[in-house]
Amino acid sequence: MNLLLSFWRSSIGKKWLVALSGLALLGFVAGHLVGNLQMFGGPSKINAYAEFLHANEKPLWVARIGIIAAFVLHVAATITLVLQNKSARPQAYQLGRNVQAKISTRTMAYSGLTVLSFVVFHLLHYTFRLTDPRFKVIAEGGLLETSHDVYRMVLLGFQSPLVSGFYLLSVGLLSLHLSHGISSAVQTFGLESKRSAQRIRQTGRLLSGAIFVGYASIPTAVLLGFLK
Amino acid sequence: MNLHLKVWRQKSAQSEGRLADYEARNIPEDCSFLEMLDLVNEDLLSKGEEPIAFDHDCREGICGMCSLTINGIPHGPSETTTCQLYMRKFKDGQTIYIEPFRVGAFPLLRDLAVNRSAFDRIQQAGGFVSAHVGAAPDGNAILVPKTQADRAMEAAACIGCGACAAACPNASAMLFVGAKVTHLGSLPQGQPERDRRVLAMVRQMDAEGFGNCSNYLECEAVCPAEIPNSVIGQLNRDYASALVKDTL
Ligand code: SF4
Ligand code: FES
Repeated sequence: MNLLLSFWRSSIGKKWLVALSGLALLGFVAGHLVGNLQMFGGPSKINAYAEFLHANEKPLWVARIGIIAAFVLHVAATITLVLQNKSARPQAYQLGRNVQAKISTRTMAYSGLTVLSFVVFHLLHYTFRLTDPRFKVIAEGGLLETSHDVYRMVLLGFQSPLVSGFYLLSVGLLSLHLSHGISSAVQTFGLESKRSAQRIRQTGRLLSGAIFVGYASIPTAVLLGFLK
Repeated sequence: MNLHLKVWRQKSAQSEGRLADYEARNIPEDCSFLEMLDLVNEDLLSKGEEPIAFDHDCREGICGMCSLTINGIPHGPSETTTCQLYMRKFKDGQTIYIEPFRVGAFPLLRDLAVNRSAFDRIQQAGGFVSAHVGAAPDGNAILVPKTQADRAMEAAACIGCGACAAACPNASAMLFVGAKVTHLGSLPQGQPERDRRVLAMVRQMDAEGFGNCSNYLECEAVCPAEIPNSVIGQLNRDYASALVKDTL
């Protein structure tokens, strides 16, 4: 706890917290993707997976609390850093110019905020099932066979082009966010001078690309009728 | 050559500033940027107007005193300092914006001159080796591996000009602090105070109100001493390890 506080109190310490919590979130994003891809195994596969998760309530909650803590830390530390950055240059240049800053770097705040709003919607949509009245069991007037009928729920959800569109945009921005994030973490951990830095960066870019392709494949498959 | 200048004029830190227009006429191509400003100033003086205040000292690229953000880029379109930037880099008839280094921790003094003492205070906080050195030691009395010597030399090239902070969208000073920490931290003489140094310098850097690096890498692009951004990685790593040791 003391360590967390002393890291929180300094600029570089906060960057470490952002990087470490980001890494934890990356782990979640990758794990969640592996789970989601069970969609391609048909209803029995993904529904069994949903049941398996819910059969293990305790470990599930440990993981959830960990993810929520990482998420809160990631967002809170970033917001304080950004506020400091803004006040570090009270007067802007009349003519500002970037020499080599990458687009993924310059859009971190926007991609991050879009992903944040997406996460809120995504939870209301599929986890709390508040936005779509069809996401109830048949007996309660919905369209799901059982409350673990994730397959049908995802299908119904992504058949809406609006939902799928927002989803695709968000995972696209998430992938952009990750490609900057991973290479930033290399710098924050001070691996930069190592020969492996370049390889970690490339792996990071590949990984963020793969994450996009993986996540995007599901709504695309639904919209194109491959999953039905 | 003739140039159209838009120069930031501001009487003092308290007063309002504005971009003023000046015509620089008959400027020789082989003039340095600062000499061009000298000519403009002579012209202003002869007309009884207030000359433009700007920072300069050695005019040979080694002291780090000259500054200026030229067309949005600190030290302008050269790989080196403003004093080593020559007018042949510009086109006849071009419009040139000249602004001060805009960093909250570098308060403006007048026109284009800013106070960069914040860097001195960071340096004073820990950027030194306090062992008693005595007379110059024998050449090879302290062995330094070549790779370490090169790394230290590369980082030691920092002239403390502040362009890194001026270019950074976050006004972060981490390239400068990283260079100082890497320079001394790479040499045997710097080891005893390595942890104390990085903690103290970062504490001072934060207290001065600089921003935080988010890896835009604009600093590296404008640095006249070609300090590589890997010194920031080194700073991050050294700081974290020192902080862990200090806290536990
Ligand atoms: S790191 Fe480069 S830009 Fe920054 S103060 Fe040193 S010499 Fe100037
Ligand atoms: S005046 Fe000394 S470096 Fe430019």
